[in-house]
Amino acid sequence: MITMGIDLGAKNVKVVILKDNKVVAKSNVLAGFEVTKNAQKAIDMALKKAGITKDDLDKVVSTGAGEKLAPFYDETKSMVGCDSLGAVYLHPATRSVIDVGAEEGRGMRCDETGKVLDFEVNEKCAAGAGAFTEAMSRALEVPLEEFGALSLKATEEIPMNAQCTVFAESEVVTMVHNKVSKANMAKAVHDAMASRISSMIRKIGFNKDVLLVGGVAKNVGFVESLNKDLELKVVVPKDPEYVGALGAALAAAGWKGGK
Amino acid sequence: MVEKSELWRWTESRWTNEDIDWKGKIITSGVDVGSVSSQAVILADGQLYAFSNMRTGSDSPDSAMKAINWAIEDTGLKLDDIVYTIGTGYGRVNVPFSQRAITEIACHARGANFMYGPTVRTILDMGGQDCKAIRCDERGKVTNFLMNDKCAAGTGRGMEVFADLLGISINDVGDLSLDVDKEPPPVSSTCVVYAKTEATGLLREGWPKNKVLAAYCSAMAHRIISLLERIGVEEDFAITGGIAKNKGVVTRLQKEVGVKIMDTSKYDPQIAGALGAALFAKALYDKGKRK
Repeated sequence: MITMGIDLGAKNVKVVILKDNKVVAKSNVLAGFEVTKNAQKAIDMALKKAGITKDDLDKVVSTGAGEKLAPFYDETKSMVGCDSLGAVYLHPATRSVIDVGAEEGRGMRCDETGKVLDFEVNEKCAAGAGAFTEAMSRALEVPLEEFGALSLKATEEIPMNAQCTVFAESEVVTMVHNKVSKANMAKAVHDAMASRISSMIRKIGFNKDVLLVGGVAKNVGFVESLNKDLELKVVVPKDPEYVGALGAALAAAGWKGGK
Repeated sequence: MVEKSELWRWTESRWTNEDIDWKGKIITSGVDVGSVSSQAVILADGQLYAFSNMRTGSDSPDSAMKAINWAIEDTGLKLDDIVYTIGTGYGRVNVPFSQRAITEIACHARGANFMYGPTVRTILDMGGQDCKAIRCDERGKVTNFLMNDKCAAGTGRGMEVFADLLGISINDVGDLSLDVDKEPPPVSSTCVVYAKTEATGLLREGWPKNKVLAAYCSAMAHRIISLLERIGVEEDFAITGGIAKNKGVVTRLQKEVGVKIMDTSKYDPQIAGALGAALFAKALYDKGKRK
């Protein structure tokens, strides 16, 4: 059975193709403003990698903020549902999942079949999403790829007062004037963001097996701050940004945990 | 009124009352160091004599000094002539020459009472990085207040971000937003960061700038209405702070709030906090003298 999962996020479109529940291809394309067109591009890339055509697909599930903008699909499934499925597939012990994407943060609890038991979402405010670190790395003129690692070199813990991303930008400017080092500022940014995410996940509760997914999971500075805040070590899978699309493809295949 | 322009930023200004001779009078002052703007107000025997309104720099004490020095520039007044100064605003403890600091909530109510008369019962102060709804009595004493200082949505900073995005002077934003045939649906994102992305999308769809501004001004009005509804609006209702100068937001607020918004053009609505502080300074000076 060949299935496809499409995750249309705020920033990127991710596609995963499964053959008998094994990943055979994945692709990631910037969503931009012509989301449907770019989603088609991502789909074509994945089909080519898998060496199949659209007609070979048995079922397609679409998810994410723009799920309805996919060029074609059989069903849509909620992002939390897809995240949980993908998380349990990758790391069967997982019972808590945190997904931090470009414009949304999500926390969920699930059972061994990947079924969602409880969840909490922030989609209103950039302070608890990737957009926050993006804005801060821009304000500090540090490439986003280096921003996380820079935070690990911090020598001091400086609290950040602003919650709002827009206000935090001005606060960072003030810090620059006060000659705070970029590494310490990067840490302040990641600590602030981790505290938003951990207060969200505390609302629904969590156990020790926490899987962190979404693009921001690649940010080592954020992971470090989050670990400290939650007093545990979150598990970050390889390619954390594909977990939603993977879950969608698993849902299309009717996968429900096990083996 | 002397005006100093700064690209897309709002206009800094100062004003002196030419009819007053300050010599021999009791000079008190109030300095409001806000997150985006700073104001200094000088009173001569409790009468409004001079004020300045400037952008806050990264250093609060420095911004306070600049504001007061600009207010007394060319008046012959020296800092030493001021007998009592009160600091207010988020940088109020950093006003170097002040005798005391008083919260901006109390100062705004007091200032609005002076500017718009004792009938004012509700004041909406829309500042650079916060938004406050204040209820007060006939003496300008605060009876209740609510504020948002956590989020840029509904603040002047949010509007600056939009002015910057569209490359339009912040002074023209309000008027331009009213120049539409039909009111567009408001921008749906709450967060300014997301609203910016949404607006970029609208521009790409071919929306003209004024229509995008209309959608944003209307979103901002909606946001403030929810704050006002929680505290309740009693007449007379006045708006202070920088956004009071934005007709696009004020007109849309007027439509939804149900009560008439007072004409605030007599005084610069940004000076209410500093004016209140200067009035408190006068009262405290008089009280100290009587003892």
